Amino acid sequence: MSRPEDTAPPDLFYDDSEAKKYTSSSRIQSIQASMTRRCLELLDLPNSSLILDIGCGSGLSGEILDEEGHTWIGMDISASMLAVALDRDTTGDLLLADMGQGIPFRPGTFDAAVSVSAVQWLCNAESSDVTAQGRLSRFFDGLYMSLKRGGKAVLQFYPKNELQRTMITGAAVKAGFGAGLLEDDPETKNQKLYLVLTVGSGGELAGKDITESVRKMEGVEVIDQRGRGVVRKNKGETAKEWIMRKKDRDRKKGKVVKKDSKYTGRKRRIAF
Amino acid sequence: MKILTTNYITCAVKACKTSSNAFPLQFRDAELVQEELELNEEFIKNILPRIEWPALVQTAASLGFTTLPSTKPEGDLDEQMIKDLHTLLVETQVISGKLVCGNCQHEYNIHQGIANFLLPNHLV
Repeated sequence: MSRPEDTAPPDLFYDDSEAKKYTSSSRIQSIQASMTRRCLELLDLPNSSLILDIGCGSGLSGEILDEEGHTWIGMDISASMLAVALDRDTTGDLLLADMGQGIPFRPGTFDAAVSVSAVQWLCNAESSDVTAQGRLSRFFDGLYMSLKRGGKAVLQFYPKNELQRTMITGAAVKAGFGAGLLEDDPETKNQKLYLVLTVGSGGELAGKDITESVRKMEGVEVIDQRGRGVVRKNKGETAKEWIMRKKDRDRKKGKVVKKDSKYTGRKRRIAF
Repeated sequence: MKILTTNYITCAVKACKTSSNAFPLQFRDAELVQEELELNEEFIKNILPRIEWPALVQTAASLGFTTLPSTKPEGDLDEQMIKDLHTLLVETQVISGKLVCGNCQHEYNIHQGIANFLLPNHLV
């Protein structure tokens, strides 16, 4: 299946017919609902909170937030999607805005933020005067500002490749977030990736970090890569072994590599 | 657009981020509707500390609500106060009109209750 991100910009891709199709598909509905539930589970919110829904679309995720007794404000770039949301009589407040242009809220507004299948759109720069990096950093800086101290954000996204994945998480960390990635059903077709972000430490969340709250959940394996120093695993290899290893690696990459001979990695005589 | 949201939203233009005039955005030609929604006491108590009271008084006055006390109610709220706040913040909505930034005079149109915050790239 082709990725919509590669087809057209989001405001054009989600036109009237695509928005209707998206919202009326029961398959998409159930996937969206279960992912939003997972986001809420990860947020672990204490009471009725004010939540920002980034890329709220037609309000499929908002419906779940409502069910849980939260109040939400949604932003989306597609006017057609928002029109469907209006038809569906969602209770959240809607905003036509581009997340890549920042989050236009005053500091400390929200208890939490969720986003379901939207953030990967930031990796596309649709015109020549913007860059993906610029859009990502404006988004995460804005998000960091708009959340209260001790606030959390859970963003589910579909990275196209490893590069996008590191680009997005890197931008989040650069903005100051404490970040963790949760992978549901890894290595399968249903793989889901959640970026869990925390703002500072304060309030009721002081001293708690996301690893702890995730650890409590069932069927979750924690891979904590923090504090992992540089491991020199190839200690003790000779100069020749080192050269052979590098040549091998380049050969696997498909580069042109000189063939090995008995002279490979041998010292030259001083007399030469 | 709920009155609650207008107490949190600021001008999206980059140059206005540091200006104190950019908040709150002012309504122009605002058309109001009342939509009855379920009262959530806990939510009102939760968000009240985060509300900019002077800005709320100003916004409310510009829309014709002048019954708000001039200082933020503190401590235990009585039931009537919570009900009033719920009516103003959550149930009162601006269905069409404009939001204007006090600093750069940029106008954000509100259409069917949805404010348009898309900016041309040179303003971001």
